[in-house]
Amino acid sequence: MTPLEAETARLAALFRAAGADPVAPSVLQPAGTLLDLYGEDIRARAYTTRDPARGELMLRPDFTVPVIEHHLATGRAAGRYTYSGPVFRMQEAPEPRPSEFPQAGIECFGTGAAAAARTEAEVIALIAGALDMPGLVLAMGDTGLLTAAVAGLSTSDRRKAALARHVWRPGRFRRLLDRYGRQAPPAAHAPLLARMESTPPEALIAAAGPTIGRRTTAEIAARAAWLRADCAATPIPAAERAALDALLGLAAPAPAAVAALRRLAAALPGLGPATDRLAARLDALAAAGLDPAEIRFEAAFGRTTLEYYDGVVFGAFRPGDTGPPVASGGRYDALCRALGAAPGTWGVGAVIRPADLLRLRGAVP
Amino acid sequence: MTLRLGLPSKGRLMAQCVDWFAERGIGIERRADEREYAGTVTGVDGITPVFLAAGEIPRELAAGRIDFGVTGEDMVRERLAFWDRDTVPAARLGFGRADLVVAVPKAWIDVTTADDLDAAAAAFRATHGHRLRIATKYHRLIRAWIRAHEIADVQLVDSQGATEGTVAQGTAEAIADITTSGATLDANHLRPLDEEPVLRSEAVLFRARRGTASDDAGAAFLRRLGLSDASAANRG
Repeated sequence: MTPLEAETARLAALFRAAGADPVAPSVLQPAGTLLDLYGEDIRARAYTTRDPARGELMLRPDFTVPVIEHHLATGRAAGRYTYSGPVFRMQEAPEPRPSEFPQAGIECFGTGAAAAARTEAEVIALIAGALDMPGLVLAMGDTGLLTAAVAGLSTSDRRKAALARHVWRPGRFRRLLDRYGRQAPPAAHAPLLARMESTPPEALIAAAGPTIGRRTTAEIAARAAWLRADCAATPIPAAERAALDALLGLAAPAPAAVAALRRLAAALPGLGPATDRLAARLDALAAAGLDPAEIRFEAAFGRTTLEYYDGVVFGAFRPGDTGPPVASGGRYDALCRALGAAPGTWGVGAVIRPADLLRLRGAVP
Repeated sequence: MTLRLGLPSKGRLMAQCVDWFAERGIGIERRADEREYAGTVTGVDGITPVFLAAGEIPRELAAGRIDFGVTGEDMVRERLAFWDRDTVPAARLGFGRADLVVAVPKAWIDVTTADDLDAAAAAFRATHGHRLRIATKYHRLIRAWIRAHEIADVQLVDSQGATEGTVAQGTAEAIADITTSGATLDANHLRPLDEEPVLRSEAVLFRARRGTASDDAGAAFLRRLGLSDASAANRG
């Protein structure tokens, strides 16, 4: 056995001991599912191939999606699974990074908030124990805080939905928040808004050109009418926007972060319950033997890379390393829903990169 | 050792290339009767012309099988992941100008910016159950544009020709393609977004960083063309 095989086997045994059934998803995955989930980003990250019978296929860029599909195919409400093997990521950057590397991981599914909270703490403690290495820092974020803060803003549901959709995209989120903080509509909409003063959108559409393609006159008119109606919306108060900025910039040892979140909840009432859940999670981690003061909380952790994670997200790093975390994971209910899980289904999982772990320990795999 | 100069093998781009060199006293003739894509150069020593499809010139530059090459900037930027590592633009030639744009149906009165496209894509996906499709052959450039503008709920569909027709045919909702006058877009009931073009392209004389000719020979060729040798300093 090579050192890498031995390390991977050690991790797999730990995950099995935590009650996870071994699964072995295929290296070749249908491209359609991944494209629908991740859009063009995945094409820049995953190797694509095709065969005459199955069409476009991808070399698995991660295990999570096929493991969720495996779980859903069992028809059971709860389950936990472990896997290990190579994943493949195209590296479109001049500096060399591996495009094929092993992962070992665990994915847990179930229903009910209490079981979800227990499992989150269990998985984080399991990963911390499996890494078993002083000098690694555990960073934790919580996308649920961001979505709860957005849901609690003083604005229309449609504006909240637009902001929530772009929690993953910092630049666009910023532009939207700035826009919703102003009364005046974007300058680019001024000509359309002026024309709609005297002409209904349907007539403007008919005059502009034939409606070709699948987007219908009704859809175009509905968005145009919304742009007009949205001009009357009250701007999001400056205090709420400032608190949201403070939330996005929050990075502190976890206990201090909880205290800061309690203060921010004065301006962002939606934060209260989500902060309670974070505090309870830290208590559970302390009970499992982790020191919350050693956990670094970053509200925006994983914000640009972990779309579909909608609760706790975490990663383990060696301070100063610029590469990907040696372990990462989180809560991904939205991903389960997108793949057809019943409402109320939660998913919690994590992966370790055993080759990186060996490298950090000073052993070359 | 002669210096290998890659040139477009046909069409308007080749004719304009020949004119551009002729204006600098360099005659280029392609031996049309030969199966091999070879030719002769007069007015300067030590240059071997290599006639290639414009789309193959980026690859040949990257591999260093040609020392210089003329092709559209769009070709190099689309086909070479590390175009600025592998090539140095020596001169913009002032012809073959075209803009790579994202265009939507003229009937989309609510969409004039990338922000609008993003918002329309969200509503479209919720209504139709699939992402808003953009037909293009410029996958790398448009994917980078989508990422830079943080546009969600869109996907690219491949179209290697007659891209402007894909919306009317129902295989895409929007397109991204090269346009010069905009007439083809207009005839197909499409209009570019009011954004900076994804790329303002023109014909460019590129120098290969991995070319086999000596730096001196390359520098002499550029001087002969009346170009400064700014690219030499950048050659790794």
